[in-house]
Amino acid sequence: MSNVLQLSEKHSLSVERLSMSFPHDGRLLVALQGVTLEADRGELVCIVGASGSGKSTLLNILAGLDEPTAGRAHVHGRVALMFQEAALLPWLTASGNVELALKLRGVKGSRRAQQARELLHRVHLDGFERRLPHELSGGMRQRVALARALAQDADVLLMDEPFGALDAITRDRLHEELERIWTESGLTILFVTHNAREAVRLGDRVLVFASRPGRVAHEVKVDLPRPRSLDSPELAVIAGRITDRLKHEMSGHVDGD
Amino acid sequence: MATELAAGLSSRDVIETTAVRPGQVPLLRVWSWLWPKLAAVALSLAVWQVVVWSGWQPDYVLPGPVPVFERLAQDLGNGNFDLGIAVTMRRALIGYAIAVVVGSVVGILVARVSVLRKAIGSAILGLQSMPSIAWFPLAILLFGLNETAIFFVVILGAAPAVAGGLLSGVDHVQPLLVRVGRVMGARGLGLYRHVILPAALPSFVGGLKQGWAFAWRSLMAGEIIGIVGHQISLGQQIQVARDFADAEQLLAIIVVIFVIGVVIDSLFGSLDRVIRRRWGLLGADA
Repeated sequence: MSNVLQLSEKHSLSVERLSMSFPHDGRLLVALQGVTLEADRGELVCIVGASGSGKSTLLNILAGLDEPTAGRAHVHGRVALMFQEAALLPWLTASGNVELALKLRGVKGSRRAQQARELLHRVHLDGFERRLPHELSGGMRQRVALARALAQDADVLLMDEPFGALDAITRDRLHEELERIWTESGLTILFVTHNAREAVRLGDRVLVFASRPGRVAHEVKVDLPRPRSLDSPELAVIAGRITDRLKHEMSGHVDGD
Repeated sequence: MATELAAGLSSRDVIETTAVRPGQVPLLRVWSWLWPKLAAVALSLAVWQVVVWSGWQPDYVLPGPVPVFERLAQDLGNGNFDLGIAVTMRRALIGYAIAVVVGSVVGILVARVSVLRKAIGSAILGLQSMPSIAWFPLAILLFGLNETAIFFVVILGAAPAVAGGLLSGVDHVQPLLVRVGRVMGARGLGLYRHVILPAALPSFVGGLKQGWAFAWRSLMAGEIIGIVGHQISLGQQIQVARDFADAEQLLAIIVVIFVIGVVIDSLFGSLDRVIRRRWGLLGADA
C-alpha cells in the first residue's frame, strides 16, 4: 500500500489504459485506444506523432476539457495548457492577458500588475506589457502565452505543438527559453509535436504515437547532455530513428514489429 | 545567408508598428476623410437644384435647396422647432435605452438557456425583419394614443436587433478562446464576463447600431401616423407642414431628420472602428 503511494507521489502525471472515441460522420471514431504513460515530477516528456494521432485529444483530457470514454488520466496539481496558436484574448494587452490568469487564480488586484511584469520579464518581453496581441509577432505572442501559462502557477504544463507555426530561428530561441524556465521552475512538461528533432531537442523521453487509433507505440530515452543543438549529429541520429519509426507506423504496418 | 541570419537574430522577433501612419499631417487626414463626403453632399444638392430648374414640379411643391436652407436657418432660431427636435430626441433616447436593456437581457438569456434558444431563437430573427410600425395600431388599442404606444413600437423595432447582435456575437466566439478561459479556471458567469462577452462585443455594437436605425425609423413612422399629446414632435411637424402644403418647411424637417440619423450613425461607426482596432479585426491599412 505504501509502495503504491510512493509511486504515485513520484509521478506528476499518469494515464492508464485511456480510450477516447466520438461519433464522426455517423461512425465511431476511435481517437485514443489503451494509452498508458506517466511522467515523473520535473520531467520533460515529448510525444511525437502524425497529425490526427489523437495527441491533442490526450492533452485536452489531461487539461480537464474533455472526458475520456474509458480509462483514467491523473494529474497531480494544477494544469496549464498551451496551444499551437497563442490564443491570447485580443482585447487585452500582453500584461492584461497574464493578469487575467492571475486573477482567475485568485491573486489580489494590487499584486497582479507587478507579477505580470515579472512573468513577462521571464519570457524576455520587457517593454511590451502594453502591446495588444495583434501588435506582436507570432513568436512574441507565444511568449505571452507561455507567461500566461506560468501565471497559472501550474505543476504540469501541457504544450500542444506550441512552436509549430514559428520560423526556425524564433523556434530555436523559444526552445532555449523553455528549457531555461523548465530547469528553473521544476515544472513537469508534456510537449506534443510532429517534429522528431524538436522532440529529441527537448525531451528527457520521447513517446512515439501511432495513429488511428492513437496509442503509444514506442519509447525513446534521450541521454544527450543539455543544452542540445538541433543541428548536432547525435541528435539527428536519434531523430532519424524516430522518424523511421513514425513512417513505419503511418504506412499501416501497425501490428508488425 | 550570413546577413540574413544576423538580421533574423538582431530583430529578435520584434516588430515595430504603430497605428498612426507617419508623415501624415493631422489636417491632411481630416481633409482626406472629409472631401468625399463634401463632394457627395454637393452632388446631391446639384441634382436637387437641376430637378427644380427642369420645371418638373412647380416651386411651391418642390422648392430648391436655397429656399429650403434659408427656411431651416429661420426655423432653427424658432423655439417651437427646437422644442420639436428635443421632444423627438427624448423619445428616441428613452425608447432606445429601454430597447438596449431589454435586447441585452433577452440576448443573454437566449444564449445561455438552450430551451429558450430553441423556443425563441429564430423568432428573434423573424422579429428583426418585421416592420415594427405594423404593431402601431395594436399599440394604440393597448395603450391609447400616447407616448407609451410610441415607446412600444420603438422597443419592438430596436430590441430584436440588439438581442440578435449579442446572440450572434456569443455564437461566433472562437471555441479556442473559450477553451483557454476554461483552462485558466473560468467557469459559468466568470467565463461570460472575462471571455465570451468581450469577444462578442464587436458583433454587439453592430446590433446596437442596427437597433438605433430601427428605433429611429419606428419613431418617425409612429410620430407621423399618430399625433400624440400636445407636444410638437418632428414627425408631427412634418405632418402639419404637409397639411398646410408648406413644402419648404417639410423639406427643412427632412434635412434635420436625415442629419440626426447620419450623425448618430457615424458615432456608432467610430465606436465600431475603435473596438475593431483594439480587437485586431481591422486590416493594416484600414
